[in-house]
Amino acid sequence: MTAKTTAAGVPFDAQGELTDDARQSAAMRGFVSEFGAVAAANLEACVRCGMCANACHFYVATGNPIYTPINKLQPFEQAYKRHAGPFAPIYRLFGLAPRVTLEKLEEWERLIFDACTLCGRCTLACPMGIDIAELIKKARHGMFKAGLIPDRLQLMDRTARAWGSPATPAEDFADIIHDVGEQYGVKMNVDLDKADYLLTVAPAELTDHTKALADAAKVLNRLGASWTYHTQGFEASNIGYLNGDLELQEKMTRRLIDTAVKIGAHTLVLPECGHAYGAARWEAARWYGDKLPVRIIHMTEFLQEAVENGKVRIKPINQSASFHDPCQLVRRGGVNEAPRAVMAAAKIELKELENHGALAWCCGGGGGVVSNARADPIRYQAFQLKQREVDAAGAERFITACGQCRITLDLGAKHFKWDKKVESLLEVVADNLEDEPRAPLEGPGQ
Amino acid sequence: MTLLEFARGPALEAALIIFIAGASWRFVGALLLPWRLVHATPRAGAPSAPMSAIKSIFTKMWPHKPFQSAGLFTFVNGYIFHFGLAIIVLLFAPHVLFIKGLTGLSWPALPNNVVYVFGALTLASLLAALAHRLGSPVLRLISRNDDYLSWLLTFLPVLTGLLTAAHLGARYETLLAVHILSICAFLIWFPFGKLMHAVLFAFSRAMTGVRLGQRGAEI
Repeated sequence: MTAKTTAAGVPFDAQGELTDDARQSAAMRGFVSEFGAVAAANLEACVRCGMCANACHFYVATGNPIYTPINKLQPFEQAYKRHAGPFAPIYRLFGLAPRVTLEKLEEWERLIFDACTLCGRCTLACPMGIDIAELIKKARHGMFKAGLIPDRLQLMDRTARAWGSPATPAEDFADIIHDVGEQYGVKMNVDLDKADYLLTVAPAELTDHTKALADAAKVLNRLGASWTYHTQGFEASNIGYLNGDLELQEKMTRRLIDTAVKIGAHTLVLPECGHAYGAARWEAARWYGDKLPVRIIHMTEFLQEAVENGKVRIKPINQSASFHDPCQLVRRGGVNEAPRAVMAAAKIELKELENHGALAWCCGGGGGVVSNARADPIRYQAFQLKQREVDAAGAERFITACGQCRITLDLGAKHFKWDKKVESLLEVVADNLEDEPRAPLEGPGQ
Repeated sequence: MTLLEFARGPALEAALIIFIAGASWRFVGALLLPWRLVHATPRAGAPSAPMSAIKSIFTKMWPHKPFQSAGLFTFVNGYIFHFGLAIIVLLFAPHVLFIKGLTGLSWPALPNNVVYVFGALTLASLLAALAHRLGSPVLRLISRNDDYLSWLLTFLPVLTGLLTAAHLGARYETLLAVHILSICAFLIWFPFGKLMHAVLFAFSRAMTGVRLGQRGAEI
């Protein structure tokens, strides 16, 4: 790994010992493997209207046009025209679609990784319906193949490949679960041979947010449900999904689903992590087809089900709160009502942010950006968009349902000495469970 | 062969052939690539794929509230020149006659003076679009030669059409020939540049609509 700068002074990281030509070719092969009819229809429809700019937190926060979402796709689009588009041979013959140079790829690394959280707000703004976030994710595949991703993300990738998690070796997982159980006085299940629910975790829950492990267990114990964490399939935050490492994405996805099948679980519960939801709930079909062998739901959906079935009762909180909508859960995942239903059940008066639901601003740290220290300056600038909205809403509490969003918002709060504490919805529920035991949960329902 | 005979004859025929063959090639070439749309188990209660596609085509016709103020000019001006172009092309009496000669199909035309007003509006709207593109740092950065060429080849037929109708600047036959040649240039460029969005926008919207629709997410 080496940190370098382009001739124009743009910093980039490069991994591996590839020649320049081999690196460039690897990127092109990675790009081309992603060019299907859907990407083509998207790329062919752009009229360069610039509507996507004002949807992007990085552009709005900095005013710098380079952060215009469609601009981040320039090398990807150029590769499409040169190698895959209907007129590619003609463009190549007449030199109308120049070769994507290595220097251009190096320069765009920061736009594709540092300056995009894959939040998809630009997708909603595009009048042509171009799914820019999805195209950036595809472009990351070529960049990964070329060894042109931020070193921090590459490190997490290697760790996840070696350990099964970017946070901790799999062999330590059971010990962590037991320790957390002891620390919070909650009965934990790990590596049971059979269970109805497979609970999974996000990296932050193995480091900063360990209470979430106990909180999830506490809710399931209260329900009398049959559940377990499992060493063979615990890590839900799919770093391969973020990095464009499709091989790792498949491996991480299979670990979860195959473990759920092995223990006979009817439901795989994802942690409070947005990208985990995108990777498992919506992209597992890449390898399993549209009939998944197990139901996959986010913790927030699980809480909604439990609350609406009357299986979980929450003590009235009687305070106001604003909710930060995690992009992968709400905008890209369609889970808009669930967190609101859970807060309503907890008698929380919701004071919506000016931009909320599918149109909410991103926290600024998704898509691996929060793990990429090089992006810190623009991440902090983007954070202020959220900070201003939360202050304007004037609620007593500030809640979200994604650990990565929490970390990003906590870092922003610390940076700007903002006194707002960002809370987890799961934690709010677990801390306020009514005392009486409820009937055991029934099987899955759609 | 006079310039007008050339424009009406071989130039227009060649342009129409390039237009139809090129647009078909691009359309088929893009959509014949592997589809690679991941069909996950849809969310319970999510609309069907065709419904999501249709919904997306229509809902993208106007921006979501947070994007309205920044995008107001782009949307309103876009609608003005798109409607203007449609009215000029489809409802100007000489054009109706031309289309009838080409296809046998016919419909009532608008009074010429009304079409002239739309022509002037469209011209002004196109000039405003260019000024906006040149004046916005974002648009300057993301614009390609295609954007300026496509603009020019849309602008010229409207301009030459108005000059022809007003008999301004040259003999009528010459103006008409130049007008037809400008349309030929438009037709020849259409399959290669962004003008193809006229066809492909619906597919782009529909496919994204299907992806997000199955998730129960907004588009």
